[in-house]
Amino acid sequence: MDERRERETNPTKNRTAVERKSERELVATRTVNGPARLVFEAWTKAELFRRWWVPKSYGLTLLSCEMDVRVGGRYRLVFSHQASTMEFFGTYREVTPHSRLVWTNEEGDNGETLTTVTFDENAGKTLLVVHDLYPSKEALDAAVASGSTGGMPETLDQLDELLVSLGSSAVTK
Amino acid sequence: MVQYCQTRFDVSFGALADATRRGVLEQLGRADASITALAEKFHMTLTGMKKHVGVLEQAGLVTTEKVGRVRTCKLGLRGLQEEAAWIERYRQLWGARFDELDKVVEELKLKEKVDGRKKRT
Repeated sequence: MDERRERETNPTKNRTAVERKSERELVATRTVNGPARLVFEAWTKAELFRRWWVPKSYGLTLLSCEMDVRVGGRYRLVFSHQASTMEFFGTYREVTPHSRLVWTNEEGDNGETLTTVTFDENAGKTLLVVHDLYPSKEALDAAVASGSTGGMPETLDQLDELLVSLGSSAVTK
Repeated sequence: MVQYCQTRFDVSFGALADATRRGVLEQLGRADASITALAEKFHMTLTGMKKHVGVLEQAGLVTTEKVGRVRTCKLGLRGLQEEAAWIERYRQLWGARFDELDKVVEELKLKEKVDGRKKRT
């Protein structure tokens, strides 16, 4: 409860920051109010993961979410939007409980994007760093040029673009 | 937004580890100029200036347009703005995800507390 009050009085707290670190790297950081053990659980248990990975405002439905979280294990997410479905899949490369997750995004046409998530606990809070390494500068530039990775799309066209860009940029697994 | 523009500027300014290129941008901030004029201004060969302009162009900082035999350079902020806007949308996506993640973690914390209490009693 105290944490919530603190967050309200200090809106800059727990701010999400995003930076293009290099030609091929994109990094998102955010602090979550909880120990790494629980945050890690929310990233590695499908029934928890599916509750937060797709923001409600995006109008996508997560039909299925399979996650075999161990080195060499696979994941597969299936989304529906209107009549069409789309899949995102890849392989876990590293699984270090409560501190590090690495997976590939294999659904894109331009090669694999590698996502590394680190969980850094400090005083009961966890700093999350989500690092995407694109296969090439061109792949990341293409995602940027497509212009539709996020935002709150209002029209179906925009939603379709979002799906395409999520696929190509592997922002969504 | 300012922050992300700044970040992108930092990246682009990697293309600007060179005083001449910074000078060229400054110059173009005042007025568009041909490569020939820029070369003269900075006491360089045409080839040398073409290289510098090429680097700036790749970073999206400068655009060039050839009219007749003259290639005119101007500040190219469009690429910067597009990328900054895209990064902002990407940030919003992650912001929305993390907000939902907060709720899940909050719930796990509560559950743990309740479970802990049950165990003690």
